Amino acid sequence: MNLPAVIPALPHADRAEAYEQRAFGFWLYLMSDALIFALLFATYVVMAPNTDGGPTGQTLFSLSRAFVETLLLLFSSAAFGVAAVAMAAGKKAEVLRWLLVTFILGLAFVAMEIDEFRGMVLAGAGPDRSGFLSAFFTLVGTHGLHVSAGLIWILVMIGQIAVKGLTAPVASRLSRLGLFWHFLDIVWVGIFSVVYLPGVM
Amino acid sequence: MQHENAETGHGLSPYITGLVLALILTAIPFALVATGLLPKPATLSAIMAAAVVQILVHLRYFLHLDLKSTPRENLLALLFAAVLIFFMVGGTFWIMVDLHHRMMM
Repeated sequence: MNLPAVIPALPHADRAEAYEQRAFGFWLYLMSDALIFALLFATYVVMAPNTDGGPTGQTLFSLSRAFVETLLLLFSSAAFGVAAVAMAAGKKAEVLRWLLVTFILGLAFVAMEIDEFRGMVLAGAGPDRSGFLSAFFTLVGTHGLHVSAGLIWILVMIGQIAVKGLTAPVASRLSRLGLFWHFLDIVWVGIFSVVYLPGVM
Repeated sequence: MQHENAETGHGLSPYITGLVLALILTAIPFALVATGLLPKPATLSAIMAAAVVQILVHLRYFLHLDLKSTPRENLLALLFAAVLIFFMVGGTFWIMVDLHHRMMM
């Protein structure tokens, strides 16, 4: 990401190879991120019964809220797919439109999550209440921070596409953003399956 | 599509397929929990099964992983990460469950 000035000077074949290497490097980062999340999941499952007589998932979690959050993130992921297809077809306006849809859906997700966290903390169910809640806020909060970082990245890419157009470096960055965004939806599948659904049962 | 390139190499159809499958695989576990149709252990198993299948759907239709066109090193990295996750998460549960029994909690 931080060598844009070097890349265009390279011959075309080398440039393609450089993009491939970046895609692979980013893939390795995602795998290490997956390890972080896997261990946060393991920590959560171990800590989940340790409620210290405080509130449990049954009273704190809302099935409908988790369902709406799931839909927001899933449709956001799909909207990014539409942007990626428009990118391949070279349709700049359409890419921008669908990136905006992706961003709005993602922003709604983060807003719902912040609202949920706020409600929990105000109800005395903050991360300091019990081991269960420490693990919950760490796992779900780490995912939320990733999504927020992704939102900033989407805004940056919207800016780059608007200013620079659909150039090769921009396309390369957008493809890595896609990997990141779809990856976060996969982590969320784990979160609603391990945290929310068993929590409300 | 004429403009498909090596970068994405896909039309819209994989995303639509992925979205529909993901919606179904989301609706099933939420409906099971909402209705309480099955006993608890069966519901938990169904949730986990739906999650595993949905993750595979995302990898296949959103991240476009497959055994032919995905570079070999990407698949190896994914496999390596899966092995590490298996040992670290499995090891964690093994140790903590064992500890739990020994502490007679």
